Amino acid sequence: MSEQTQFVRQATLKSEDKSHFEKINKAIRTYHQAVEKGQSDVFKDWQAARRVAAQIKEQALLQLPELLIQFEANIKKQGAQVLWAKDGHEALGYVWNIFKENQAELAIKAKTMVAEEIHLNQFLQGQGIELWETDLGELIVQLAGERPYHIVTPAMHKSLKEISELFQKKIGIPPTESAETLTQAARHFLRDKFIRSAIGITGANFLIADAGAIVMTENEGNGSLCMTLPKTHIVLAGIEKIIPKLTDLSLFLPLLAVSGTGQQLTSYNSIVWGPKQVHEVDGPEKMYVILIDNGRSKLYRSERFRESLRCIRCGACLNACPVYRTVGGHTYGTTYQGPIGALITPFLRGMREWFHLPYASSLCGACRDVCPVQIDIHHLLLEHRKMAVEGNFSGIIWKAIMKLWVILMMRRAVLNFLRPVIFFLTHYGTFLLPSDIKKHIPKLSPMSFEGEWRKKS
Amino acid sequence: MESSPVVSLFIPCLVDQVYPEMGIAMTQVLRALGYCVEYDSRQSCCGQPAFNAGHWSEAKTVARHCLQIFQGKEIIVSPSGSCTAMVRKFYQQLFSGEPVSIPAIYEFSEFLCMRGDTAKISGNFSGRVGFHYSCHSYRELRLKQEPFEILRKISGCELIELPGEPICCGFGGLFSIKFPAIAGAMAEARLNQFLEKNIDTIVSNDPGCIMQLRQEVKERRLTLAILHLTEFLSKAMKL
Repeated sequence: MSEQTQFVRQATLKSEDKSHFEKINKAIRTYHQAVEKGQSDVFKDWQAARRVAAQIKEQALLQLPELLIQFEANIKKQGAQVLWAKDGHEALGYVWNIFKENQAELAIKAKTMVAEEIHLNQFLQGQGIELWETDLGELIVQLAGERPYHIVTPAMHKSLKEISELFQKKIGIPPTESAETLTQAARHFLRDKFIRSAIGITGANFLIADAGAIVMTENEGNGSLCMTLPKTHIVLAGIEKIIPKLTDLSLFLPLLAVSGTGQQLTSYNSIVWGPKQVHEVDGPEKMYVILIDNGRSKLYRSERFRESLRCIRCGACLNACPVYRTVGGHTYGTTYQGPIGALITPFLRGMREWFHLPYASSLCGACRDVCPVQIDIHHLLLEHRKMAVEGNFSGIIWKAIMKLWVILMMRRAVLNFLRPVIFFLTHYGTFLLPSDIKKHIPKLSPMSFEGEWRKKS
Repeated sequence: MESSPVVSLFIPCLVDQVYPEMGIAMTQVLRALGYCVEYDSRQSCCGQPAFNAGHWSEAKTVARHCLQIFQGKEIIVSPSGSCTAMVRKFYQQLFSGEPVSIPAIYEFSEFLCMRGDTAKISGNFSGRVGFHYSCHSYRELRLKQEPFEILRKISGCELIELPGEPICCGFGGLFSIKFPAIAGAMAEARLNQFLEKNIDTIVSNDPGCIMQLRQEVKERRLTLAILHLTEFLSKAMKL
């Protein structure tokens, strides 16, 4: 089944699922209240903050190669190794070498979307490695055998009851309705994995060029454990994560926190300059930073689409999107869901298979208005559609309809001549179409405005 | 006596072919407010259906036709935020790099507010009235207060503002045909927001949104009127 067919099938199922809608929209309502408060509590001028953040990211993208080299040179000085992966395959190869070198059989992982993107979990499990997600939401998704539902809140689609049942089955706890008890159970379950793991894998929210440091923000403290307890720390990061200066964090940390969850600042913010230094007692002995391209340089090379690499993965566009709120995260079949997913997935994974996502938008623009780095998402989706037509992906029927439409629109006489036929078709000819499409076909009025005007004057 | 200012109508394809009454209502209101209204029957469409679908070369052909017809017109008024946004904003994207001169086109509520005509509006309408923003007028043209400024001039009705950012009705042009299930669920979600407030009349400024919402109302057999702002005014002003 093609990606498009799967999307339409899933989307149709979810569109009719009222309890899904209620659950997701309740969570998103709470999110929006928090964000509104967060924006006004932290920023005197939220719009100005967005503008500055967009400028900094844009500048960084213009000097992307230079900044990445600067980052590499600086973090190497502090003893970390930097590996450059052109795609997921290469990144997984690096990861596997590190596992082999360390004879690691057990590893812990913090929440990172780029690991999802390169299918790290499936790969390592296929190699016989025991890998545990340590972020609570990610652990829930892992135990359920699913993929993240949302780039920030991966288990947003699970109710307390569902999580309780899952934990009863998978980690053998008694039934409970308390979120606190469930969290404690997860902590308890993970504790010895933290202690026994030889390798900790994390992502990075930012790579800082001038400091040669990686930054990770999280709310649970599990990420800090992943990068400090095991002897080896692997960082997976997309190349677009670069920001020029350490001081840029004063804007980007609150910006990400507010847009992601409505918090003024995420609970734990770690800046890591490298592995354990000679004078230090704690920390990993080895640190590897794997810089992953995996299609990003295609976006980088496109002048029009480059701005999509500004994305800081806050998830605000998902929460604002009425399509996401209807179909939910899994329907997309992508690592990155919602508007940003529709924007970047065709570049990361191929136009031919994914061009339907830019079409699956009503172009309402709510995504652009909430984006903290002002990515012009919905206008770029229009550019995608243009490319889909130019690449002949969008189907011959639409091409024919458009040709006919031009003929009708260019000459009033032709339009008026054919009007009775179109009138008849829109009123009596739609029985051939599926009922859900049928209702969306406009029915022509007996007389056009032009006809009425002519009659009166 | 000073001669009445001339306004050229831009009648979107959907109004021309499906909802001529919206165009007629707009003409009546504009005339009642003292404008001389003219209409060029060669006009058809702004080109948005093809533009949104990615068929930019067809869109350009129709857009050029539109530009040619409105060349030199001093003031153009349209009963659609979406078509206005297409001409004013999206033509720049469509013709990127090519020189085009964009005519002075205004969405109906925007035009009345800009001209200070709201003071001349008075009327009566009974019911609980809500307003549905078309996304293009709200987020492309940034019209927020304008429709309400006009609605407030009508007495007898209770005007209810919905909290939070307005959400899309799910029309999105060809989106509703390509993804009818999603579009239908979005319309339902939007309508529910109005129903929760016991609103009985929804006014909007875009024929596309109105079509989408009316379909949903019909399917659910609701007793809820969906009116274009022009229709609402022509009723309230007893034109």
